Amino acid sequence: GPLSERPLLEVRLGELHAWIGTCTFSPRGLRGAVQRAWSSYCAKYIHVRRGGPAGISMLLAGYCLLSYAWNYQHLKQHRWRKYH
Amino acid sequence: MLSRLVLRAAPAALRALPPPVAVGVLHTTRPLHTTQQSLAPVPPLPEKGGEVRHGLIPEEFFQFLYPKTGVTGPYMLGTGLLLYLLSKEIYVVNHETAAAACILAVIVYGVKKFGPDVAAFADKLNEEKVATALAMKNEAIQSLQTAIEEEKKEQWRAEGRNYLFDAKRNNIAMLLEASYRERLLMVYNEVKKRLDYQVAMQTLKRQKEQDYMIQWVEKNVVQSITPQQQKESIAKCILDLKALSKSAHAAV
Repeated sequence: GPLSERPLLEVRLGELHAWIGTCTFSPRGLRGAVQRAWSSYCAKYIHVRRGGPAGISMLLAGYCLLSYAWNYQHLKQHRWRKYH
Repeated sequence: MLSRLVLRAAPAALRALPPPVAVGVLHTTRPLHTTQQSLAPVPPLPEKGGEVRHGLIPEEFFQFLYPKTGVTGPYMLGTGLLLYLLSKEIYVVNHETAAAACILAVIVYGVKKFGPDVAAFADKLNEEKVATALAMKNEAIQSLQTAIEEEKKEQWRAEGRNYLFDAKRNNIAMLLEASYRERLLMVYNEVKKRLDYQVAMQTLKRQKEQDYMIQWVEKNVVQSITPQQQKESIAKCILDLKALSKSAHAAV
């Protein structure tokens, strides 16, 4: 389909720049993007008849990664070696 | 009243405006129910979610790397990434690492052991919900079906209305006949009573006339008997009696 209507996973690397140009960065556009991403994730992993641990575990893993990244400056001080 | 005037003038005024403006100005003139209903029936939920390997990494990632690196590619990538993070201490090993390891172990053990039971329980709950909804739907359909059958039966019953009307017509005819005959009898009785009265009057009159005449004749006769005639008739009677007694004596 046309470039502006394709989801991000179907955009090829060369077209990424053009694709970013087509999306709206207004608050409404960002909110719509977040809403779409969340609803597609839910539809794929959570709103199924026989789900597994995968749906929630991926969310928890993402939460762990994010919190590690946000606290990195503080954790850097507990390194074991000075030079790597 | 003025509002009614305005309402009546509104469509005429709208027709004067060009069509797109008119449609935008008064929303009640737009056509309704033109799109297809897209809300029902709701499509059923998919049976299984997206494939995820080791509970963390979606299968699409492995498929994405398979053409270039084969089956072991993602694992090599993971190992290399892990060693890089550890060696450069981008991931710092501290007390939280130990805690995370213990928690992960417990979680994995719990999921592996109790996962199927919890899944079965949740499935049973879902089944019950779906079963109640289905039962309600079936009940509604059943009741409507019986209502349809009842309606058909009533329609069939209504077809027999001709018999009913015939019976009623017969009844009414009989009633009419009976009342006619009753009245006929009444008329006959009344006329007979009047005629009887007339007859009784006539007989009474004749009787009274007869009686009066007899009385009058007797009175006159009694009056006309003079004393001399009375003496003569008494003497005659005595003579007759004597003659009779003689003949009676003779007979005996």
